[in-house]
This record gives sequence, structure tokens and C-alpha cells, in this order.
Amino acid sequence: MALRLPAIMKTTAARLSALYLLLFALCAVLLVFYMTSLSARMLLAQSQETINEEVQGLGRAYQRGGIPVLVRVVEQRSRQPGANLYLLADPNGRILSGNVQSIQPGVLQREGWTALPFSYERYGEASGRRSQGAAEQGEVEAATEVGHNAIAVVLRLPNQMILMVGRDLGEPERFRDVIQRSLMLALGMMGFGGLLIWYFVGRRALKHIDGVSEASRRIMGGDLSGRLPVTGAGDEFDRLSENLNAMLARIAHLNDGLKQVSDNIAHDLKTPLTRLRNRAEAALSGKKTGADYREALEGTIAESDQLIRTFNAILMISRLEAGYSAETVAKVDLAAVVRDVVELYEPVAEELGVGLEATIDGDFVVSGNRELIAQALSNIVDNAIKYSAGAVEKPHVDVTLRREGDEIRVQVADNGEGIPDEGDRKRATERFVRLEKSRSQPGSGLGLSLAKAVMKFHNGRLDLLPGNPGLSVLMGFPGPKDE
Amino acid sequence: MAPLISGKIVYNGGMKILVIEDDREAADYLQKAFAEAGHTAHVAGDGDSGFALADAGEYDVMVVDRMLPRRDGLSVIAGLRSRGNTTPVLILSALGEVDDRVTGLRAGGDDYLTKPYAFSELLARVEVLNRRAPARESETVYRVGDLELDRLSHSVRRSSQEITLQPREYRLLEYLMRHAGQVVTRTMLLENVWDYHFDPQTNVIDVHVSRLRGKIEKGFDKPILHTIRGAGYMLKAG
Repeated sequence: MALRLPAIMKTTAARLSALYLLLFALCAVLLVFYMTSLSARMLLAQSQETINEEVQGLGRAYQRGGIPVLVRVVEQRSRQPGANLYLLADPNGRILSGNVQSIQPGVLQREGWTALPFSYERYGEASGRRSQGAAEQGEVEAATEVGHNAIAVVLRLPNQMILMVGRDLGEPERFRDVIQRSLMLALGMMGFGGLLIWYFVGRRALKHIDGVSEASRRIMGGDLSGRLPVTGAGDEFDRLSENLNAMLARIAHLNDGLKQVSDNIAHDLKTPLTRLRNRAEAALSGKKTGADYREALEGTIAESDQLIRTFNAILMISRLEAGYSAETVAKVDLAAVVRDVVELYEPVAEELGVGLEATIDGDFVVSGNRELIAQALSNIVDNAIKYSAGAVEKPHVDVTLRREGDEIRVQVADNGEGIPDEGDRKRATERFVRLEKSRSQPGSGLGLSLAKAVMKFHNGRLDLLPGNPGLSVLMGFPGPKDE
Repeated sequence: MAPLISGKIVYNGGMKILVIEDDREAADYLQKAFAEAGHTAHVAGDGDSGFALADAGEYDVMVVDRMLPRRDGLSVIAGLRSRGNTTPVLILSALGEVDDRVTGLRAGGDDYLTKPYAFSELLARVEVLNRRAPARESETVYRVGDLELDRLSHSVRRSSQEITLQPREYRLLEYLMRHAGQVVTRTMLLENVWDYHFDPQTNVIDVHVSRLRGKIEKGFDKPILHTIRGAGYMLKAG
């Protein structure tokens, strides 16, 4: 625990709880001070009002019957329980009547309100307390030290006698004591609570984060199937873990893709490389004429050209997928591109006995890269011609260009065997996927993947749809927005 | 070294070629291969010395690698162009994207070839770039042997016999005749006749050429459109 505590101190939760604790304590102290000073002032004002009323009452008594009546009223009021302070003294300050036994010197000499609370001693209780205190402490305490505090008004009667009416301050002082005590208690409890929260919340957070850290280390160690712990509490830690897990799943997917691609590269490049090597080896063995060597070398060059082609296609796809620079994006006349590609392939199609026809329904301009679009379309047309050659009826490939809603569509439909299975159609645009039937056909297996990457680059789509019969490849370009 | 391309090709005189390439092996190979094709090639190993050589010497054509030590290939070309040097330049580059090609040509290059390349392709392109090659742009009638192409009336005759061509076939023949006696590769045809730079996967160009050949050779005893194995085509009388 002692080792972990410093770590806890470093957690955000601990810092936050410390900060909140400090803030709340400060607020509480301020609030209590404000409340006590406000209530003290209110109590004082109340005392002064009471005294004023008393003075008025006594004044009336004095007017009614002079000193004797005043003395009687004073005596009478002095004896009431919880009475105010009353004092009647001769002009020299000697106490004649009232319930005050002794008073702080000098108080009676000043007329009007006492500026500061003064100490006094009341008859009865005060003497008892005094003797008790003296007995315990073995010395006589000064009256000023043991007495209660009070405020009072001092008046001089017409015959120079002194009348004092006062009120004990014990009540507001007791009130202040209570508030101060509760403040201390509250502060103590807050401190304790803060520490408690600090410890539990911090430790919980630490436990979560440690779990995440450990899982991350495991995953970094190579276990890509590992996932971060999700407690099921649905709190922010869970949400974080869920998001990180989703990210990990995506990475794992990409990694799988990469692995599959490298497997495919290995396979698809190994085969021609092996052929290349065999050809060179065969050329070296046995008796060969110059023509044989020439043939072997030409075959070697043709084989390497195919390899380079495959590499170029791989490179282009990855560049397109990595976000190709948009510098060469311009307005492209799609109709012209379709016409060009169809015209380019027409002789090849004819040679293979495939009818190739373009239907262009209007002029369409998209923003994009003419070369890339032409490359993509030529890959698709190339495929369509190859695969329609095996058609039952007269093989033909139809290329149509038209607008469909917001989309400008180039559709290449053949009447070959097509790809009946939907899953196969989906897979056909993946890199290096060559469906079983097409394995015998020449090609890198990258044509459709490249076309798909090109369409993605143009914010469009490439879909393989079932034809009737055959396969229909749809290149969908987003239509111009300014129309 | 075995002959790099088959067929006996007669080159007009032999060119003086400057090769600026930092890969020694590749540069040596190019020097030998150019010599074998009847040309003289000088090699510079970095941008600075290449610039100095190009600035001083009179070359018919330059082959400049794009990435060079000390001074970038494009900067060499731009520097030469700003000094009024108009020697045709073919840029060699490992960067082969459309953008790279555009920036290369914008910097003053006349042609762009991506590594790895076939030497036959490079040679054909360099020979077409040769500044001493006859400039036929302004001629209105191209003649190769008994084949005649009138650029004003867009008519083609062989032995005064009219030959009807499709527009694309006409442009194909026009390009071949403009470079008569020179090897023209398939990619050069795709670039110059169709204006596309992509890789068409199959032998589409070959089929176009053989169609054209059918039209200009059928009924005539002498072949005129020759296939140069491993390289491309050449239009040549006799």
C-alpha cells in the first residue's frame, strides 16, 4: 500500500479530489464566517433595541414617581429570570441598586452606548462561580476576567445619579461557539471524506488503467487478438475500452488484409519468378543454338515485364488507397473516355469474336483524373471481353454511359458465365482474388481491385451486379453538384 | 553483351547522348547499350557535373535520372532551360505516377520513362527525341517508299492506289510515317496516338497495328510496316 500511495497521488482522480476538497473547504469557511458575522450583527441590533425599550420604560417610571419608583421598578425587573442588566449608581459610581455586582471600571463614567462590550459580574451566580474558581485555582481572579460580556447604555439622571441598562452578550457568543465547532467538525469530516474518495476512486481508476496498460502491452507483444477489459459498468472506462477495442479490431482486420495480400503476392509473384528461373536454367542446360537462347531470353523479358506490371498495379492501388494527391484532378469528359476505351479495345474484341458496343446517352463531365478513369475502364472492358468469350450465344460486351438520379454511371455488361455467387462477386474486387474459374486466364488479378481503388478515389463506387446472363460492372460517379 | 534488340536497325549517324545517372551499374549498362546501338554516351554521376557537361557539350539528347546526388534532376533541367539550352531531355524516374510525370514534363523534360524500363523502350524514345532527326512536323505530305500520306486532304495512297482508313488508323499511320525509319514502341503509340499513359494490359495496340498493316500491305508485295521484336514497330521502305 505504501508503495502504491505515491502512484495514487499521481492519478487524475486523486488530484481532482484534492482540488475539490480544498475548494469546498474554502467555500465552507467563507460561508461560516459570513453567517456568523451576519448573525452576530443581527443579535447585537436586537439587544440594542431591547435596551432602548427598557430605557424608555424606566424613563416613564422615573417621570411617574422619581427615584423611588425607578428603584422599585429596577429591583423588580432585576429579579425576573433571564433579566437584562440594571444598575443604579450614585454620581460617584457606587452601585446602589440593580442586579450587577461589579462592573469593568470606567464603563459608568461615559454616557451613552458603551463603545465595546465590557465585562461585569451579576449577583448570585457570579459570586458562586468566582469562589469555585478561586478554590480551584488558589487565587482571586480579577472581576474583568471572570465576568460576562455585555453591552449597555449609561444615562445620567437629572440628579446626577447613574442608570445603566444592559444586555448580556452570552447568547451571541454561544451561538458563535456552536457555529465554530460545527465548522471544525465539518472540515474534519470533509477532509476524511476527501481522503476516502481519493483513495477509492483513485485506486479504482488506477486499477482500470493498469488493466488497459497491461492489455496494451500484451497486444504490442504481438497478440493482436487480445482485447482491453470491459467491466460492463458502462462508465467512461468501458466506453474508452470499447472504442480502443473497435480500433484494435480494425487494425487486426487491416493486418489480416495485409497478411493475405502478402500471401497472395508471394503466391502470384512466386509462380512467375519460378517460371523465370526455370526458363533460364533450361536455357543453360543441354546443347542450344543461338535461336534457343534468344527465345529463352525473350521469354525471360516477357515474364519480367509481367512481374513489373503486377508491381506497378500494387503500387498504384496502395497510392490510391493512401490518398492520392489531387493535383491532376480536372474536368474529365467521360463520354470521350468511354469512346476512346471502346475504340481501343474494339479490334481485340473483334479478333476474339466478341461484339463490343458503346451506348452513350449524352455528354457527361466529372471531376477526376482522365488517365485513372481510362485505366479503370480498360481493365473492366478487358475483363469483360475475356470472360464473355465463353458465352453460349454470340458473345458481346455492352458499355453504357448514362445518368441515373444523382449518379453518372458507366456500366460494362457481358453475356459470359458471370459470377453467380454474391459472395464471389464481392470478393472479386479484393486484391489478388482470382476466382477459381479465372485462374487459368492471364492477368495479375489486380484489374478490378485497381478499378475499385480508382472509383473510391473519385468518391464513386464499383459494383459487380449479376447480368442476364453474365456480369455487369457498374462504375458510379457522383454527379456534378452545380447542376 | 548480346545484342539488345533484334533486327538490323540503321540509325542516322549515331547520336551524342549525355546520361546523368548516379547508379554506376545502370549508367555503365546504358553507356554500353547505347554504344552497341551506334551512339556515343557520356556519363555524369551527379547533378552538378551533369549540369556542367550539358552546359558545355553539344549533346543531341540527354537522359536524366530524376533523383541525383548534389542537384536534383528536375533542377538540372530547369537550370539548363533557363540558360537557353534546348537539348531534348528524357527523364528517368522511379516515381511513375501521373503527377510525377506532369511535374517532370513541366520542369522542361520532353519525355518521361518510369523505372524499371526496357532498354528498347528507352532507345526508341531517345531516337525520336534526337534533335538532329528530321523535323517532319511542317511537311504536308509524308512519303515512305511508295506509301504516301497527304496531311491536308487526309488521304493515303500506296503506288497511287487509294487506301481508306478509319480516323484512328489514319492517325496511327501518320505517327508511324512521321517517325519512319525509327522504332516506335507500343506505349509511344498509346501516348501519341491515343493520348493515354496507362498500361492497357493486353495487346490492344498490336491488334490496331495489324489492322493497319492489313490495309496498307494487302495486295502489295513488299512489307512496309515492320515488327521489331521485343521493341515495337517501324515503318520503312524495302
